[in-house]
Amino acid sequence: MTQHSTRTATPEVSPEARFAPRATPETQPYWDATAAGRLDLPRCRPCDQVFFYPRSSCPQCGSTDLEWVTCSGKGLLHTYVVSHRPAPGFPVPTVIAVVELEEGPRMMTNLVDADPETLELDMPVEVRFEQRTGAAVPVFAPVPENAGKESA
Amino acid sequence: MGREVVIMGAAETDIGKLPTTSTLELHLEGARRALADANLTKDQVDGIASVSVPGPIQVSHALGITPTYVDGTGVGGSSFLFHVRHATAAIKAGYADVVLITHGESGRSRVGAPPYPRANDSVMAQFEMPYGIVGPPTSFTVPARRFLHETDNTLEQLAEVAVAQRRWAARNPRATFRDEVTVDDVLGAKMIADPFTLLMCCLVTDGGGALVVASREFAEAHGSDKPLVHILGTGEAATTPLISQMEDMTRCKQFTLSSQAAFKESGTSTADIDHLMIYDAFAHVPLYGLEDMGFVGRGESGAFIADGHTSPGGRLPMNTNGGGMSYTHTGMYGMFAIQESVRQLRGEAAAQVDDVSTSLVLGNGGMFMSAATLILANQP
Ligand SMILES: [Zn+2]
Repeated sequence: MTQHSTRTATPEVSPEARFAPRATPETQPYWDATAAGRLDLPRCRPCDQVFFYPRSSCPQCGSTDLEWVTCSGKGLLHTYVVSHRPAPGFPVPTVIAVVELEEGPRMMTNLVDADPETLELDMPVEVRFEQRTGAAVPVFAPVPENAGKESA
Repeated sequence: MGREVVIMGAAETDIGKLPTTSTLELHLEGARRALADANLTKDQVDGIASVSVPGPIQVSHALGITPTYVDGTGVGGSSFLFHVRHATAAIKAGYADVVLITHGESGRSRVGAPPYPRANDSVMAQFEMPYGIVGPPTSFTVPARRFLHETDNTLEQLAEVAVAQRRWAARNPRATFRDEVTVDDVLGAKMIADPFTLLMCCLVTDGGGALVVASREFAEAHGSDKPLVHILGTGEAATTPLISQMEDMTRCKQFTLSSQAAFKESGTSTADIDHLMIYDAFAHVPLYGLEDMGFVGRGESGAFIADGHTSPGGRLPMNTNGGGMSYTHTGMYGMFAIQESVRQLRGEAAAQVDDVSTSLVLGNGGMFMSAATLILANQP
């Protein structure tokens, strides 16, 4: 490991080397939850809307009467690209995706542990947490074939 | 209704790779050329508009102008269309007579250019950048697969966008890429962000340009003998700073909102438009633009382009300079889209289309974040 930015033919693939987000006071509960292995989002009490990204008022009705809820971590693969551009710490290729959560909101993420050739839009996916430097980042993986039947 | 407003001067700088020209200097050179085009001196300018870096104060100070109307709207590559709209309103209101709108960007050489954002606690840094996104090619492209899936436009039709625009670029000596390409060439090019290959992505160049917007009465009294370009209608809208938060990833709401406002103000419809510029940062953007502005029905944009309707000889010539994918793209391309509409309406374009009397420019800002529409004409 070196702090120098050296140009190498095969850059290191390592979650710790990937971009690490830093919380603001308003988003701290989100990042505290991911560190504990939960995907928590704000829910508006008056209109029952769960929304992404965390912020201080409901984008639907404007209310500031919010509570944090823990999402199921299940969702559907809404869209994606298979990036061949090198990004620090990431493998090439990397699947950059938007997942639609069971609770309704969509979020940017990575699809991991999947062959890019086998992806299909609207396939079920579930959350995992990838440890970066100082933050656990929610990523998603395909739900194994038989897992859906057990929980259905 | 107030005063009529026109574009009385327009010019671009040299474009391409300009490693000895700073960002500021590109603004200044564009400004000087546009003022010369309008036959004005800098002392006749009372308004300035420019994006936040280097900013309208820096640009006007360097030129020796003390503006009494200032617009620093910076909402991405569409900003210059916003500037035209705001200048139009200001001139109608009597807040300014002559507004100079400048663009300059050392997009490729990065001379005197701002660093890319490094914050790790912005909303985008927290919720999009952690996922291996390295600039627009890996994020602006994300909605496209859903768009193709829901609209039944095809991957081959996506490639046809690049093919059609290269046909125009082949007719434009200033275009960066001028060799015509086939669908197989486009699909077989280096993969960037599957399904997007290199030829479906915009260029990264250096360059600048400027516009002089004024009241018709001022332009007729003081301008050059270049034909005036009349601003018939304008619109603007903004939605989300994060592409993942588009309300519908298969539609660009601000394309619809801004074009509807421009059509309404101008009293025109899609059938009245002879020439079209749709900001093409990536190949899917013109498909969204054609559908979301109502030039074609839902799911019909790919076939429309593949059938040649936007190509030379087609009934709706589009991106006739070659566009951001083949002509030039400094990062904020909107200025160049307006410039090509002005040239077509004046009859001085490199790939001049016959009988252009009405042109529509749709500018995208950021990654489906903001948009503005201008409807321009060579008659009031
Ligand atoms: Zn609410």
